[in-house]
Amino acid sequence: MSTTNNIAQARKLVEQLRIEAGYERIKVSKAAADLMSYCEQHARSDPLLVGVPTSENPFKDKKPCIIL
Amino acid sequence: MGEMEQMKKEAEALKTQIEAARKAAHDTDMASAASGVAPAPRVQLKTRRTLKGHLAKIYAMHWCTDNRLMVSASQDGKLLIWDSHTGNKVNAVPLKSSWVMTCAYAPSGNLVASGGLDNMCTVYNLKTPVIKTVKELDAHTGYLSCARFLSDTEILTSSGDTTCVLWDLETGKQKTVFLNHVGDCMCLSLSPDMNSFVSGACDSLAKLWDIRDGQCKQTFQGHTSDINAISFYPSGNAIITGSDDCTCKMYDIRADQEVISYQDAALNSGVTSLDLSASGRLIFAGYDDFNCNIWDSLKGEKVGVLSGHDNRVSCTGVPGDGMCVCTGSWDSFLKIWN
Repeated sequence: MSTTNNIAQARKLVEQLRIEAGYERIKVSKAAADLMSYCEQHARSDPLLVGVPTSENPFKDKKPCIIL
Repeated sequence: MGEMEQMKKEAEALKTQIEAARKAAHDTDMASAASGVAPAPRVQLKTRRTLKGHLAKIYAMHWCTDNRLMVSASQDGKLLIWDSHTGNKVNAVPLKSSWVMTCAYAPSGNLVASGGLDNMCTVYNLKTPVIKTVKELDAHTGYLSCARFLSDTEILTSSGDTTCVLWDLETGKQKTVFLNHVGDCMCLSLSPDMNSFVSGACDSLAKLWDIRDGQCKQTFQGHTSDINAISFYPSGNAIITGSDDCTCKMYDIRADQEVISYQDAALNSGVTSLDLSASGRLIFAGYDDFNCNIWDSLKGEKVGVLSGHDNRVSCTGVPGDGMCVCTGSWDSFLKIWN
């Protein structure tokens, strides 16, 4: 019967909401500070952010060899 | 009061409680907090390789952990394994079903997987003298939208049947079924510590799951349409999502809420795919309008664009060492940029 299904669904929803309501949240200011700190710490080793020197770029354009 | 009425009341009360708790934690947002951070440099990347070989739309690509090989999937019915340094094709895997929507490379480099409208996830061994199908994971009742290996013995899938599943590759059976979304699951991303994953769905929600106990721990709202792309921030404390509502968003896990939205009034195409640079500072997001836009993840500003495809960018991937970004398109080409 669809009412038993609906009740089962409603129970599941309440159960899930209870789990989510119980979560211990931190302040966005703290979360943001941690994210900024992570980015800063890892910025220097982020090739797409700081650029890849041609000599170390495995994808650098292959130059044709000119035979003189 | 009937049980139904009671539960509706309790559900409403819990939703109000959650909203209030999120509001109480919302003492700022990411862009404001990052106002003192130096802007990311204007990012101008060049196409270093154009990989030609597929004969139809490319739907997915995934880097190998060696940062050199990658797998791509096209509705021409093939998986192609590429050596990105030389641009050469290393392997071709013919697919039983050409309606492929996802592909994945195992961290070991030994296996690849694919799946799509056949509702199955097929796993192939690349290291046998002839490439062999090792498993056909057949239990989803909807299309396979995404697959990611945890190891050579476990793989996670997301499906149009609204579930995600953790499979045992030795038995070919479902280990855990993750049930909670009410719309097609479109994408998933494993946490760096491999204890959890996040999924994005057509119900416009992103959910965080504990891999071992199968439970949905958190739900992130904010998008107003299907979430097509999702990725963990490298620190593991945030996730980035991309949606048909034309925006990307960052949700912080510990604050349990959206902290910034990446959007532009001029942008009215859906986001199809995304990936992050090594530090997380840059977001590469592929759009239906044939471009890949580059966003400063902290300040919310657009800092660059990758233009070059002649059709929708369907997949985007940055290898583990962060040395480049790969875009795949419905124009049948893959491009490598740095």
